[in-house]
Amino acid sequence: MSAAERLDDPGDDAPLYAARKRVYPQAVSGRFRAIKWAVLGVTLGIYYFLPFLRWYRGPNAPDQAVLIDFPSRRFYFFFIEIWPQEFYYVTGLLVLAALTLFLMNAVAGRVWCGYLCPQTVWTDLFYAVERLVEGDRRERMKKDGEPWSVERVAQKILKHSLWLMIAWWTGGAWVLYFSDAPTLVRELATFQAPVVAYVWIGILTFTTYVFAGRMREQVCIYMCPWPRIQAALTDEHALNVMYRYDRGEPRMSAKKAEQARAAGAEAGDCVDCNQCVAVCPTGVDIRHGAQLGCIQCGLCIDACDNVMAKIGRPAGLIGYDTDANAERRKQLLEPVYRVLRPRTVLYAGLIVAIGVFMLAALLGRASLGVTALHDRNPLFVRLADGSVRNAYTVRLINKTLEERVYRLELAGLPEGARLEAVGTHPSGDRTLIAEVGPDRTRELRVLVTLPKGTLEPSVPLSFRLVDIATGAQASVGDFFKSPGSAP
Amino acid sequence: MAAEHDTVDEVTGKTTTGHVWDGISELNNPLPRWWLMVFYATIVWGLAYVVAYPAIPLATTFTKGLLGYSSRESVEAELEGLKALRGESMVRLASAEPEAILADPKLLGVAQALGKAAFGTNCAPCHGQGAQGARSYPNLNDDQWLWGGTLADIKLTIAHGIRNENPQSRVGPMPAFGRDGLIPKADIPHVAAHVRSLSGKKTDGAYDLAKGGKLFAENCAACHGDAGKGNPEVGAPNLTADIWLYGGDMTALVETIVNGRAGVMPGWADRLDPAAVNALTVYVHTLGGGRK
Repeated sequence: MSAAERLDDPGDDAPLYAARKRVYPQAVSGRFRAIKWAVLGVTLGIYYFLPFLRWYRGPNAPDQAVLIDFPSRRFYFFFIEIWPQEFYYVTGLLVLAALTLFLMNAVAGRVWCGYLCPQTVWTDLFYAVERLVEGDRRERMKKDGEPWSVERVAQKILKHSLWLMIAWWTGGAWVLYFSDAPTLVRELATFQAPVVAYVWIGILTFTTYVFAGRMREQVCIYMCPWPRIQAALTDEHALNVMYRYDRGEPRMSAKKAEQARAAGAEAGDCVDCNQCVAVCPTGVDIRHGAQLGCIQCGLCIDACDNVMAKIGRPAGLIGYDTDANAERRKQLLEPVYRVLRPRTVLYAGLIVAIGVFMLAALLGRASLGVTALHDRNPLFVRLADGSVRNAYTVRLINKTLEERVYRLELAGLPEGARLEAVGTHPSGDRTLIAEVGPDRTRELRVLVTLPKGTLEPSVPLSFRLVDIATGAQASVGDFFKSPGSAP
Repeated sequence: MAAEHDTVDEVTGKTTTGHVWDGISELNNPLPRWWLMVFYATIVWGLAYVVAYPAIPLATTFTKGLLGYSSRESVEAELEGLKALRGESMVRLASAEPEAILADPKLLGVAQALGKAAFGTNCAPCHGQGAQGARSYPNLNDDQWLWGGTLADIKLTIAHGIRNENPQSRVGPMPAFGRDGLIPKADIPHVAAHVRSLSGKKTDGAYDLAKGGKLFAENCAACHGDAGKGNPEVGAPNLTADIWLYGGDMTALVETIVNGRAGVMPGWADRLDPAAVNALTVYVHTLGGGRK
């Protein structure tokens, strides 16, 4: 086989466009197929049923375990509650997700693509439906070549209906993450849900049906950026689904191989049965080596192992292996497997470090806060008696689920400074008492007044917030502006 | 043209349109089927739209469309929806006395938010976005009030305005003392210097403060008071506070005394609903200078 053939190089003059070759993956059973079924069950089970899981937080908060509450601007994840300004946690999660992806890739190649990616999982499910309705590979290929019949139309209608139902359920589950799930289900069933819910179900029904039912492997091959990035990130010690060509070549039938071996001639184990190609969900030939179209799902391993068992040769002609071992076997050396490499240690270390950092941030999350915004226009006001007043928009934050009573204190101004805010209870010249309801903020118009006297044009001050019950504190700095020494 | 259509491109085997530019000829490819279908669909859609919705202008009216849609009605429905959404607090905001609003933290929050929005739309053009005022337009953040700073005073001013056609509006213009010859023009600088001295301001040059004081007592004290403390009943400002609406330097004061002052403000009760007037009252009062 020439290099050009291996890369499927069409040559210089061929058109750059190639029509899609329909893929008819064949059913297969084996170790990796079992793993894929399990992963499919677990991931889809989580996705479809998680919104219904309840998690009691108290009377003032929703009891849905995972909820993105846009109207109230809260994100709930089991024991975690995040406010919009804490969205950086999600950034941390995304960083962790990227590093985990890199680590998976360094250890065992495209684990994400082969087992976990939603595109793979839903496509797998849609193929299962297709097989159930229209039969396996040969049957489907035969039927697609025949003229239309009533039975064929009925099968098509049934298949697409089932697909659309799965797609619709997928969209339906999506919107349940954004509202109380049981309530929304009831509203959806009685056509009283908000329009936006139906729109999103429609959008996701469409994308699921098109991506998993129609486009399938083309999403991986033409749309997804990860295969391109993955190829640049991998190294010779990463496990990949690999055809052990040193064992497989030269190919010949089982009978010929036996004769050749008896005669002491060279004979490969590959019998060219094409089972690895037949079961492949992206339609690639693994014997061409690692390639962009291969999502490394391991189904060809199962197919090949089944064939090897039948012809009485050892399993593992196709298996998880490394480029380094392919080279070593060529030199008749023992294979080595190195999971502990600088990059895997680095990725794992970063994952642990960021995880610990995020956990610390989460455990140390302040349940109260205060922010201040100085009035810009006017910066200061001169009162009739010559004193100067500054106004601030001060926001008191209460992240607990009970009402709290706060004491707001003014610090850092000379004698005679006065702190006031309408709607609060004064408690001395420089302090006031304000209640803030559960899980909410309260905006105060805070006035700070200094008596007549010369003052620098800008003097620092700070507002300190104290939770009277627990003594927890937060503070924020700002400035007191005045005309300065001008008369 | 028929002959041109018969020209066949050698490379593709397709006919050409006969258009040639710089030796490049145009293939006679048909429009893509999907594109054509979308194009026909838009024509059908357009026709249906004209029938279903208001579309064609006539001499004095327009075609109403079969669906009876009206953008005006749709806005009104949305405004009704907004009212329903705001619910009870809007009803209470409209009917409650401003004192009661100030005493209820929840209603106060609503009033401040609504007042801020209403202020930005209606009042900010003159008084400024932060109610900081400008020359001739009072700063509403300080505690100096021309027409009184209690909730009732502020509400009356907002509702009916100042020196406008509304009979309930505030009245009390300052005469043009110089222009109308009430005070001899030569003496006006002495009065101006006296007015400056009321707030402790020194004036350079030789002015007869005693004469100015005498003229002040004769002409100005009727409204501004003997001590110049002002009178909110007639909108006469306090002259002792060193807060100047029209400027406190000699030139500005002389101009004020010569020509008089009579700032105006429209009444808002006719233009805004009661809830908005109440909200504005509370908002202005809570800016900082409101009085009990």
